Amino acid sequence: MIHTLREMFAHRDLLFMITWRDIRIKYKQSIMGFLWAVFMPMIIVAAGVVIKLAFSYISEEPLARQDIITISVKSLPWAFFVASIRFSSNSLISNPNLVTKIYFPRIIFPVSGVVSQLFDFFIASAVLVVILTILGVGVSWQLLWVPLLVLILVLQAIGLGVLLAGANLFFRDVKYLVEVILTFAIFFTPVFYDVEMFGEWSELLMVNPVAPILEGLKETVVLHQPPDPLWTAYAGGVALLLLVVSISTFARMEPLFAESI
Amino acid sequence: MSQPILEFEHVSKKFRRGQLHDSLRDFVPALVKSMVSGRSSENLGQQEFWALRDIDFSLDPGEALGIIGPNGAGKSTILKILTGIMNPTVGRRVVRGSLSALIEVGAGFHPDLTGRENIFLNGTILGMSRREIRARMDEIIEFSGLSDFIDTPVKRYSSGMYARLGFSIACHVQPDILVVDEVLSVGDWAFQNKSTEKMKSILAGGATVIFVSHNLKAVTSLCDRAIYLEKGQIRAEGPVAEVVDKYIRRATEQAREAIDENKPAYIEEVSLRAEEGEDLVFRPGQRVVAEVRIRCPRMSDPVAVAIALRDENYNMFFYVDSARLVHEPLVLGPEEVRTLSFELDLHVAPGNYFLNVALTRPDVDELLDHRGPALNFLVHSEVDVRGVANLYPRLRID
Repeated sequence: MIHTLREMFAHRDLLFMITWRDIRIKYKQSIMGFLWAVFMPMIIVAAGVVIKLAFSYISEEPLARQDIITISVKSLPWAFFVASIRFSSNSLISNPNLVTKIYFPRIIFPVSGVVSQLFDFFIASAVLVVILTILGVGVSWQLLWVPLLVLILVLQAIGLGVLLAGANLFFRDVKYLVEVILTFAIFFTPVFYDVEMFGEWSELLMVNPVAPILEGLKETVVLHQPPDPLWTAYAGGVALLLLVVSISTFARMEPLFAESI
Repeated sequence: MSQPILEFEHVSKKFRRGQLHDSLRDFVPALVKSMVSGRSSENLGQQEFWALRDIDFSLDPGEALGIIGPNGAGKSTILKILTGIMNPTVGRRVVRGSLSALIEVGAGFHPDLTGRENIFLNGTILGMSRREIRARMDEIIEFSGLSDFIDTPVKRYSSGMYARLGFSIACHVQPDILVVDEVLSVGDWAFQNKSTEKMKSILAGGATVIFVSHNLKAVTSLCDRAIYLEKGQIRAEGPVAEVVDKYIRRATEQAREAIDENKPAYIEEVSLRAEEGEDLVFRPGQRVVAEVRIRCPRMSDPVAVAIALRDENYNMFFYVDSARLVHEPLVLGPEEVRTLSFELDLHVAPGNYFLNVALTRPDVDELLDHRGPALNFLVHSEVDVRGVANLYPRLRID
């Protein structure tokens, strides 16, 4: 584990270049270019608004401005998380040439998969900040929690992505499994709804380690309250555990990659 | 005495034929086992075979080692273990210093990126830092000869340009140990010369080099020491000339053993004789007879026998075939055997030469059978001249 981290640090220039490559290639030969980074989460926001409209139609309560703000704040990190997992879990099998021909720490691939998505996330966030300002969302000291929450989310994505990338190399089943789970995970994650809606069952939803992050972001950015300390610690703990398990498993599997891909 | 920079200690590598694992039921126990124990047992299971067996060698700083052998001898597996892509099943590999491989030039190029961008990408993949790349950028572009196209996406490059750029990046990495695969045959003639020169200057600069190739000439001219690999085992190790010689002799023997009687026509026997003297050792200018016995059990078309002589760098310097010497077509009946005797005057300089023989169908240019090299012979003389041709120099000093 320590060895893997040290090796990764020694190859930081490579991590930078692979991430840079992924970002650069993504929008080459596309007319909208980086606008896609903004456009994709917008679609999720739009979907959320439609669902909220349906809710308000049934419950005959008008659609609150705050609902739309909440959905926007939660959609962006969710879109980042989904794209990161999708990208990093495929990162090894989509580079067979490099895996079988040249040696360098393979962990760079899934990690750069997450980091390149982070770039998109920052672009979209910048746009979101403008929108939130126009919508009149205020500023408070609680915003200082945001970097920590995002960091936990990034670590969760790296932990999961590294594990899945390795597993995917041995079994392509993982690819399909990830695809199915990512498509339907939005129903199990409080993106379009809030956990309080479920009353006594809300605790169960928070077991999903992404949920405390999204709820925490809602609380700090929209409601200007501190996030729930216990659940935040839980999310952070899961992230660290996931990292330790996945990096050490990855390091053990690594010598088998070239002959198993 | 300094420590060896690279050591292979009794390295063996086991592979499995066919699918790696047929089902989850096989795979999970195997994966767990290899993760827990780190390496699997000495015994071969069903469908398993040794790709490398007990490979043991070391390399001192500044040495140049050649690895030769036929296809499937295990050269690529050695490379993969050398570079750390694979771990040995048994044994250990020790590398003291940085190692970089000049293999598969252009692996890791992205077609949508420009040449310059790919230099950065591929350079970091090969182990350079971005600062080093920036410092050597002009040199790399200059060497590739692609300065006009360096800001064009490489997907618009020809395959030659692609390979040239790859080689230029790879040979500017400057690691402690450089592993070179068949990459010197990249590009056109001029670029090949340039790359061979570059390799020589890298060697002269004191780099440690491992060179894996089929090109015996290149191995002979670049390396001091060589390993001859066959079926995953070391057959010979030592000074490059001796090892190359053993490899060629062995290839000759195998060619004799491998007569395929199911072929429509084949070469049965090749010999080279002179009226007097030792077997396969001749004097310059001596008259020798190359005898080739052929058989055509399932063929009624005209055939021709070609013989070629090559020097020790494996360059062909003489070629002739029977159709050029006799103008009536040579046709053999089903059970007929013919012996063709080529009388040759060996006006060559002293040295080691090879005789290659081929059986062809001259009308359609089809190769029916060949023995390359069929024989290896020595020309010996007290007058030491260099080159291939012998002009029998006499010296008078006034």
